[in-house]
Amino acid sequence: MNHHNVCHYFPPVLINAQPVETEYVLFLFFLKAMQPGTHVNYEVKGDVAVVRINDPNSKVNTLSIQMQKELTDVMNEVWSNNAVQSAVLISTKPGCFIAGADINMIEGCKTAEEVTQLSQEGQNIFEKIEKSPKPIVAAINGSCLGAGLEFVIACQYRIATKSKKTVLGTPEVMLGLLPGAGGTQRLPKMVGLPSAFDMMLTGRNIRADKAKKMGLVHQLVDTLGPGLKSPEERTIEYLEEIAIECARGIVNKKIPLSKEKGMMQKLQDYIMSFEMVRNQIYKTVHGKVMKQSKGLYPAPLKIIECVKAGIEQGPIPGYLAESQNFGQLAKTTESHALIGLYHGQVTCKKNRFGAPQKEVKTLAILGAGLMGAGIAQVTVDKGVHTILKDTTVSGLARGEQQVFKGFNDKTKKRNITSFERDSILSNLTGQLDYSGFEKADMVIEAVFEDINIKHKVLKEIEAVIPPHCIFASNTSALPIKEIAAASKRPDKVIGMHYFSPVDKMQLLEIITTEQTSKDTTASAVAVGLKQGKVIIVVGDGPGFYTTRCLAPMLAEAVRVLQEGVDPKKLDALTTGFGFPVGAATLADEVGLDVAAHVAEDLGKAFGSRFGGGNVEVLKTMVDMGFKGRKSGKGCYVYQPGLKVRDVNPDIEEILEKYKMTPNPAVSSDSDVQYRLVSRFVNEAVLCLQEGILSSPVEGDIGAVFGLGFPPCLGGPFRFVDAFGADKLVEKMRRYEEVYGNQFTPCQLLLDHANDSSKKFHK
Amino acid sequence: KVLSIQTKSKKTLARPNVKNIVLVEGVRTPFLLSGTTYSDLMPHDLARAALQGLLHRTAIPKDVVDYIIYGTVIQEVKTSNVAREAALGAGFSDKIPSHTVTMACISSNQAMTSAVGLIAAGQCDAVVAGGVEFMSDVPIRHSRKMRKTMLSLNKAKTLGQRLSLLGSIRLAHLSPELPAVAEFSTSETMGHSADRLAAAFGVSRVEQDEFALRSHSLAKKAQDAGLLQDVISFKVPGRDIVSQDNGIRPSSMEQMAKLKPAFIKPHGTVTAANSSFLTDGASAVLIMSEEKALAMGYKPKAYLRDFVYVSQDPKDQLLLGPTYGTPKVLERAGLTMSDIDVFEFHEAFAGQIMANLKAMDSDWFAQTYMGRKSKVGTPPMDKFNLWGGSLSLGHPFGATGCRLVTTVAHRLQKEGGQYGLVAACAAGGQVSDTHVQHSLVVPAMIAFCTYAKHLYEL
Repeated sequence: MNHHNVCHYFPPVLINAQPVETEYVLFLFFLKAMQPGTHVNYEVKGDVAVVRINDPNSKVNTLSIQMQKELTDVMNEVWSNNAVQSAVLISTKPGCFIAGADINMIEGCKTAEEVTQLSQEGQNIFEKIEKSPKPIVAAINGSCLGAGLEFVIACQYRIATKSKKTVLGTPEVMLGLLPGAGGTQRLPKMVGLPSAFDMMLTGRNIRADKAKKMGLVHQLVDTLGPGLKSPEERTIEYLEEIAIECARGIVNKKIPLSKEKGMMQKLQDYIMSFEMVRNQIYKTVHGKVMKQSKGLYPAPLKIIECVKAGIEQGPIPGYLAESQNFGQLAKTTESHALIGLYHGQVTCKKNRFGAPQKEVKTLAILGAGLMGAGIAQVTVDKGVHTILKDTTVSGLARGEQQVFKGFNDKTKKRNITSFERDSILSNLTGQLDYSGFEKADMVIEAVFEDINIKHKVLKEIEAVIPPHCIFASNTSALPIKEIAAASKRPDKVIGMHYFSPVDKMQLLEIITTEQTSKDTTASAVAVGLKQGKVIIVVGDGPGFYTTRCLAPMLAEAVRVLQEGVDPKKLDALTTGFGFPVGAATLADEVGLDVAAHVAEDLGKAFGSRFGGGNVEVLKTMVDMGFKGRKSGKGCYVYQPGLKVRDVNPDIEEILEKYKMTPNPAVSSDSDVQYRLVSRFVNEAVLCLQEGILSSPVEGDIGAVFGLGFPPCLGGPFRFVDAFGADKLVEKMRRYEEVYGNQFTPCQLLLDHANDSSKKFHK
Repeated sequence: KVLSIQTKSKKTLARPNVKNIVLVEGVRTPFLLSGTTYSDLMPHDLARAALQGLLHRTAIPKDVVDYIIYGTVIQEVKTSNVAREAALGAGFSDKIPSHTVTMACISSNQAMTSAVGLIAAGQCDAVVAGGVEFMSDVPIRHSRKMRKTMLSLNKAKTLGQRLSLLGSIRLAHLSPELPAVAEFSTSETMGHSADRLAAAFGVSRVEQDEFALRSHSLAKKAQDAGLLQDVISFKVPGRDIVSQDNGIRPSSMEQMAKLKPAFIKPHGTVTAANSSFLTDGASAVLIMSEEKALAMGYKPKAYLRDFVYVSQDPKDQLLLGPTYGTPKVLERAGLTMSDIDVFEFHEAFAGQIMANLKAMDSDWFAQTYMGRKSKVGTPPMDKFNLWGGSLSLGHPFGATGCRLVTTVAHRLQKEGGQYGLVAACAAGGQVSDTHVQHSLVVPAMIAFCTYAKHLYEL
């Protein structure tokens, strides 16, 4: 069992950088020659115009310039056609209504004013839709996000399918933006202030059933199974049929547009009519945002500002605030960083090694600990037969329970039915022996981090698995080359470094040695993608990429503690810089024993550069039983059920024993922050220099999704680009004078410092 | 005496080394809307009435029967082996073993095919199979929390323990647990599923209403003409003698069009009028080896030749069993659709029947989902459910299968056909306020009957 790895979640406001589904916006969209009617067409059925959208050049529909233009043309025709009484707006693209605006369109703008202009054009189009004399029914199947959502809430009526792919949301905040086409103005009116804030500030996807409850859609339509056409095709057709009936119903006044308000709704409206109440809401939301974002993310604050402007001052100032803030936000470094992460994530969700020769249908996992069971959990629901093997009945039982709990929680949240849970779990086999391993296509070991144990396991496994089977090690620091040394077929040995908790952390770091075959890598990436992971593929070496970046930062954190900064302060400094989890808490989550182990190993491998804090501090803590959260005590004391935690009083003594005197020249709050961050960043750049990393994009994605590097900075490489390598080097030189080679900038960083035209990202 | 009815001469389906198994007789109680005349009975009372009716009709000695099997869906917990309770109450010998089976709406089909299996295996020569459903009363349980408390109460030793357990009872404990309204695996009610199925096949509301109207009209005609000979009269204790089904109500298209959708609101197409209704009723058949039947001097009504069960995805193809099962059973018998003289399909919902007919008529469906080269083909409507169906006669879940088979035999007799085919999907009834538990897999049963009367009327 290896408890290592980082455990943290992005706080809700900052889930930034995880646009969840690739469907959200884009894929490079090159503006094609303007052909009329390639994206939008319409057909008049009786007295209803059915406007159908489908971008032929992309898997998803986006509100690109072409789409906007065609929509405007078609709507003008609809409005001028006397035979038409009403309209239905529908997408014929399976799984996607409109996934958002075209990001490249925004990125293509040179100035904030240009972006504001774009926003105003969007506002104008949707205003016309809102004021349409002929009712427009939006018939939604598939993702309806961002500008897509802003579009439908301008329509008079909304019908959505109950498909799992049908989600509504305003994910702009995750890209450091705000809903810039009327969303901040219409949404609060439609769903009320609290829900509107929740949607816009978290950017989360809302399923159709929830949307109905919130009042975001009026009516739901079931998805259909096999019939005389494919289910998807017939479902869209069915949705259209119902939407047409609905449009006629609205015209005939059989379907009222304003719903009779319920008692609760009336009460809520009454309460909301008090300015004092509203102000209290703004204040609370603002406070929450500040607490979670530490003020590092401008978008959430601007969203609050726009909503407030619209409600308190009226539509004209409201819409103006929205378009202006949208323009400004689009030009912030935070938005660039988050959009960069978005693009990076899309890149890291592709298999650049091609399709593997053989698909993994049976995956065996060794060790049913936190990691092993976590890997099983993300595998078993992907139609892969999963074997979970442990050496003891109690270990296996705990692991199987962890997997069960993962799916049972989903059942409780009604994401899946109990039947689906059961049939998913039928793919899981828990066992103590190697039976069935002869059918395994891949084995992932998650046993204790000890090279001798790994070798023993590898030999045992190779005796029972078929020749094509891949052996992957979920180690966090042991070089794969050393593990592969015991293998009869090192070309089939690879590292798959998962992060804890596996079901929550998106990153998978795949480590290849010089001997690992391309097909082995392709297969590992394919498995990781199936498991829903964002993947970086890095070269072999002690600590690979992620652990190697984290180790010097934690070494520095220990030194900071030794210098008398208490864990709470240390946490505040790191979270204040944008890390979702403070350094002391992070160490507790990783496990102090693991941290000590890694620090010692990497210290041996890299020498004094990895020094800083005294390893003995960690070791003494471990000896006293303070292994972090898992043992109940670490830097903090953890009590079950208690959220507040106090600093572990017993560590004072240890820190006193290893006390170091801080040098005031490098010990300001800001200096402490940069000492921590610069070591992280320098090591990352060194990894690129040494070829451990193959690109800065992977470096940024690995740091943000695996280690919680501040998303608002976009990752270490984007941070260097934005902050300035020269400025960073200047700081490091100052620290180097005091502490020595731990702060010596690497050559690549120096190159960038010496030539300001050099950037990691274009 | 010569053949009273001219039958077409087709090949016999008898197979070498396989015993001929025959349907000697089939009866049923009148099928009544639940909550009407039967409302104070218990399920075994209804089953008992059917069994006594069978005894009366066949005059079979009570100890000749080797085995009794009953099908039921919603089980009365007091009589969980309702076959045994009913058999004893009907005066059968207490030496006859009996068991109860459940397989959603084809439970009595399962009872009959189990009987066929027992006879074919040489275990038995005469088996009574039947089915019963009693929707006027269904078991409603205490909540799980309450049950747990009550069970703990049994084990509590001291007064203190008991009091503390009683004290732990909260209002939430008192909310009752109704029999599941939904399919266990998908949480979807049968009516909802039928509505989606109808939509998937583009079956309109009008088509459904027309089919329902057809069912009611044909049932009324059959009832008036005295064709429903399987119905026995039943003196309900404390009430009158019941001798007719009471759910047959031919209406008009206009009347039916007024109804609102029962499951998918507001745009659904399945309504109370085009769905089968909650029904109380029981049925029974006597199945024997041909040898034994002839030896006892019976003139069997039909051979029971073959059957097939199939099952599909419980979500999207829940009610498509007949489409999948029909070609299979035909192929087993070496027959084609046009060889069949009489079709009896269970009508759970008009929309479900129409969807099946459309599926059977679609090459695309056959190729895409059934792995066939071409479509199954549809049964001609002039041979299809001519004496009404579950929509009009009623659908006591567990009892419908025997009604279908007996009706096929009677229709073959009346219409002069040789081959009949029964198909039923395992569906619930109209579930607007129903307490129905459906089975997890959704099989369809195809029983195959050959008209045999001409052999014995000489």
